Amino acid sequence: MKQHIKRTVKDILTHRFLNAVTIVTFAFAVLIVGAFGLFFINANHTMDTWKKGIRMLVYLKPGTSEAARLDAKFRLQDIAGVKEAVFVSKTEALTNLRELMKNRASLLDNLRENPLPDAFEITIDPSVRPESGMSSLAERITALSSVEEVEYGQKWVERFTGFVNLFKFTGYGLGCLFFIATVFIVANTIRLVLYSRREEIEIMRLVGATDRFIKEPFYYQGLIQGALGSAVGLLVLFFIYLSMVNQVDKGFASDLISLRFFDIGVILEIVLIGMVVGWIGSFVSLKQFFR
Amino acid sequence: MNNHAEKTDKNAIIRMFHVHMRYDAKHALADISIDITKNEFVFITGPSGAGKTTLLKSLYLAQPVTEGQILVDGMNLSRIPKRRIPFLRRKFGIIFQDFKLIPSKTVYDNVALVLEAMGKKPRLIQKKVKSVLRVVGMEDRAQAYPLSLSGGEQQRVAVARAVAGDPKIILADEPTGSLDSQSADTIFTLLEMFHTRGATVIIATHDQRLIERTSRRIVQLEAGRLQSVADI
Ligand SMILES: Nc1ncnc2c1ncn2[C@@H]1O[C@H](COP(=O)(O)OP(=O)(O)OP(=O)(O)O)[C@@H](O)[C@H]1O
Ligand SMILES: [Mg+2]
Repeated sequence: MKQHIKRTVKDILTHRFLNAVTIVTFAFAVLIVGAFGLFFINANHTMDTWKKGIRMLVYLKPGTSEAARLDAKFRLQDIAGVKEAVFVSKTEALTNLRELMKNRASLLDNLRENPLPDAFEITIDPSVRPESGMSSLAERITALSSVEEVEYGQKWVERFTGFVNLFKFTGYGLGCLFFIATVFIVANTIRLVLYSRREEIEIMRLVGATDRFIKEPFYYQGLIQGALGSAVGLLVLFFIYLSMVNQVDKGFASDLISLRFFDIGVILEIVLIGMVVGWIGSFVSLKQFFR
Repeated sequence: MNNHAEKTDKNAIIRMFHVHMRYDAKHALADISIDITKNEFVFITGPSGAGKTTLLKSLYLAQPVTEGQILVDGMNLSRIPKRRIPFLRRKFGIIFQDFKLIPSKTVYDNVALVLEAMGKKPRLIQKKVKSVLRVVGMEDRAQAYPLSLSGGEQQRVAVARAVAGDPKIILADEPTGSLDSQSADTIFTLLEMFHTRGATVIIATHDQRLIERTSRRIVQLEAGRLQSVADI
């Protein structure tokens, strides 16, 4: 075992260039798949935080009595998918509006009476699926007798969710495709290595080396290339990620998007998968070469 | 004749029966039958293209014969499964006509490779490689790469690699081919030394100097045919 690893390391050092080519190839594949995965993870994560923050405004009919209002509150809270219903009176709403308008709030002084309706601000349970659950929830709320209108940012939520879902499926598809492509590329690179070393391999055979002895370092090389390639790919991805975090932090969207990288478990998984791919790549090319 | 054949039968390490080898239409070996005894020292000679290299190759299955049978140390070459070929080859120490040293490996690693392939222990490998390199006078160049060596030096490394695994049979293809007479002498003396240690030595050569000065058996090839087996 120790001897094999020694031979492998020696081999890699002797054939630095070809090994570097394989590792770079690997790194590229991991970078592309990783970028995809990272986008997906972050899109999902962002969706979740947005969903948590999705509110629905339920406007009450003018002149709703206190008792009817209380009744509405209980009815709202009984509806599945509603987490909380907070009453916002039209006076409070106007104060909020004044605050929002700040120095232009004087415009509101000219109003003879408060034009805003009383309302409930509803926090929605994150389990409600924005693309389907929101509209049916809104329908049920509108059906309540004292409710005039329901308002929520439906369109963009629906669109974004649709987009993420589309991305999820193409993501899985592309992931598989890239996995196969990587195996293929790695197998080809290793075959190139084998081809460039065919004389050496032939000599080893002539002096009595078994095929197993000749193949062994290539398997280890595949594993090492897989591990190093994935590590390099992830490292590059991490730097790209860092620079993007910087951009977002400086930019306007910092409140809306919070980015994060793969956690350590996923990183280890990726490196492990890289090693498996390296091994399979070696296996495929060795199989062809040694027929 | 029969009597003689039976005597050699027991002591023969290599037996060839009516061996033919064709490359496409070309007959490289034609009806070769020959016995080589254990610890014999044999020259195979003949003009260029006579089939000397082909004959040696047929022994370690670098080229399967088209017809006939070959026995090496009790193994019937036509019945050896592919996975056993490496073990057949370990019976031989081969000095190739074109050396076949691995250019990306040092002298040391080239020699060590044979022993590693045999699965020897690292400590033993180290000791053995040093010792054979010393024997051929290349211990100082152990860390050099083959292409930085002169032809004679490469040949000596090839000899070291051939004998490192203590083979029963040494095959030397034109071992003094491109050497001046002094380097040739060194190599030849080395081969004689391994012969006295018990190895069977087969040398393919058209170097007349080498042949003239020995009283060994000479096998003469001519266009793939055995001309005469001169026993002396
Ligand atoms: N791989 C091959 N394919 C086709 N013909 C070959 C091949 N190898 C050898 N030959 C032919 O077989 C014949 C014998 O070749 P071989 O190499 O055995 O000769 P040789 O006696 O070793 O010659 P030399 O003294 O030049 O080394 C030659 O005519 C050669 O052209
Ligand atoms: Mg020859």
